[in-house]
Amino acid sequence: MQNNKFKAWLYLLPAFVFLGIFMVYPLIDVFVYSFEEGYNSASQTYFGTGIYNYRYVLRDPYFLQAVKNTFLLVIITVPLSTGLALLISVGLSSIKPLRDLFQTIYFLPYVTNTLAVGLVFMILFQKTPYTDGFVNLIIKWFGGKSIDFIDGPYWAKMFVMCFYTVWVVMPFKILILTSALASVNPVYYSAAKVDGTSRFRIFRRITLPMISPMIFYLVITGFIGAFKAYSDEVAIFGTNLNAAGMNTIVGYVYDMLYGDSGGYPSYAAAAAIILFAIVLTITCINLMVSRRNIHYT
Amino acid sequence: MKIVLKDLTKRYPGRGRKAQGDVIAVDHFNFEIPDGKLIGLLGPSGCGKSTTLNMICGLEKPTEGRIFFGDDDVTDLPPENRGVGMVFQSYALYPHLTVRQNIRFPLENRKGKDRMTRAEMDAQADEVARLVQIDGLMDRKPGELSGGQQQRVSIARALVKMPRVLLLDEPLSNLDARLRLQTREEIRRIQTETGITTVFVTHDQEEAMSISDGIVVMEAGVVNQIGKPQDVYDDPVNLFVAKFLGTPAINVFAGEVRSGHLFIGNEDVLEVRGAAEGEVFAGIRPEGFVPDEGGPLTLNLVRVEVMGRDTSVVSTHPALEGATVRSIISTENRIDPDAKTVRFSLKPAKVLLFAKETKERIRFEY
Repeated sequence: MQNNKFKAWLYLLPAFVFLGIFMVYPLIDVFVYSFEEGYNSASQTYFGTGIYNYRYVLRDPYFLQAVKNTFLLVIITVPLSTGLALLISVGLSSIKPLRDLFQTIYFLPYVTNTLAVGLVFMILFQKTPYTDGFVNLIIKWFGGKSIDFIDGPYWAKMFVMCFYTVWVVMPFKILILTSALASVNPVYYSAAKVDGTSRFRIFRRITLPMISPMIFYLVITGFIGAFKAYSDEVAIFGTNLNAAGMNTIVGYVYDMLYGDSGGYPSYAAAAAIILFAIVLTITCINLMVSRRNIHYT
Repeated sequence: MKIVLKDLTKRYPGRGRKAQGDVIAVDHFNFEIPDGKLIGLLGPSGCGKSTTLNMICGLEKPTEGRIFFGDDDVTDLPPENRGVGMVFQSYALYPHLTVRQNIRFPLENRKGKDRMTRAEMDAQADEVARLVQIDGLMDRKPGELSGGQQQRVSIARALVKMPRVLLLDEPLSNLDARLRLQTREEIRRIQTETGITTVFVTHDQEEAMSISDGIVVMEAGVVNQIGKPQDVYDDPVNLFVAKFLGTPAINVFAGEVRSGHLFIGNEDVLEVRGAAEGEVFAGIRPEGFVPDEGGPLTLNLVRVEVMGRDTSVVSTHPALEGATVRSIISTENRIDPDAKTVRFSLKPAKVLLFAKETKERIRFEY
């Protein structure tokens, strides 16, 4: 018995060591930095301790802009992408011919490089002195006025951002949801059909509850993923996100560390801890809401 | 409500590159199920019994033929307009709903003037729950119930809409042996109490024989025989039906009819007046053997199994189709387990002859 316990710890050791060094220690370290004023990583010195970093970050208009951008992105893209993915998955599951082809097509964005896709989006939406861009051509063809999506008004940039994010996260969600739909035992549908259940009611009362754990998983990971957005923004709007007004919280953290205005690890740490607190809170709320509505079997 | 099946046929298009024509699942099924009876569709897997049930239910459309409930032609009606209740093999209880919600589900689907209030639905659900004796479990989820309880819930859900016809697909196959015995009596009781015409599908002949008013034996989409369980057992039309009914199964020997006598090997075992001359299969039910020192049939004894109520004698014979002969005799007959051979005479009523080629029954007088 004693011997077995020792063995168990021995087997767990590699995981503990790696998690400890690369996850737990940095986490604690960031937490400590966030309370050290003016920490300098080169000289390993700081002036004092306190909540000064948090006060600075929370008053920094760039940070507030980043928080606003991130929240908008999360609130718009998570429900939209999950809902659309559900719609497309249900469609994919109900067709027979060419299903494999369509599933492959819908999955393609997932295996495509984010930066490359970002550049394509930029070219589609950008307005330059030489051309209005593809999207503006369409808008004009329908009689609208051309808009600069990349360098123009805030809502246009936000639109491109959300559109892009939804497009990028969809394939994975569709993949998960089509397999979730396929795993529902068809006998439930037969039983419902014998009882004359309408298609909509079958979907709402049987299909949705049965795939609810998967939807919940997608919502949680979707929230977390959207809160951590950064590289997509760079791909579309370039590295100077503050100037474009399209920075995100993670982008702000990066800028504080390495950007043109960088060299402030304390501020970066404080911003990172704030992000952590936000994500934790949202996830807890999600878990509480889900307890009543998710059916694990 | 009587059910009439007229030339009911289901063909599936052949699939795959080497498909040769259609697969015939059910071939011209004609049957009239009398009102208020319990009928068992019996056959090995793939014989088309479930397809037949699904066609009666409306989940599958027949390729040919008509289905009548009473005088109504329901062939083209969707399941919900036929007034059928169906119990699925895996019960198909919605796992996220409570027992009460599961039972109420069919009632909630009703629209227009049939729409019921919550109180009416609950009252009706409670009533069927009492009938199948699950009224204490209404707020549990199906996952918290035993297999037998789930089965009852599933029957309650099928009965709650007061169907004209109740259909059960392999209702007992997911239960353990003891529960199976109990549940089949339960099904019989519920059927008798409600008086609903009931059709159930099974591959277990004992199950079908024990509770049905009538059985239909199917093989490869074709109905072999329809009748009362005992009649079909005593008087099968062909070798397949004879082999399919009865545990232990009928013992089949290669034999020959010569001048009014049945020969197995070189032994004249029975007088069979009126049977055509020639090679036959002779089927002997396990209970057809009578231990007899001077009996005509000599078998090589393998072992004697004492079952308490009766004794099972396992033996072999060169002319046997199959591995061993199993005969059931009463415990009053003592068989020496160390003997090399055992001799039997035969009960003529338990000996069934079948033509070698067609495997059809050959009748004889005794």
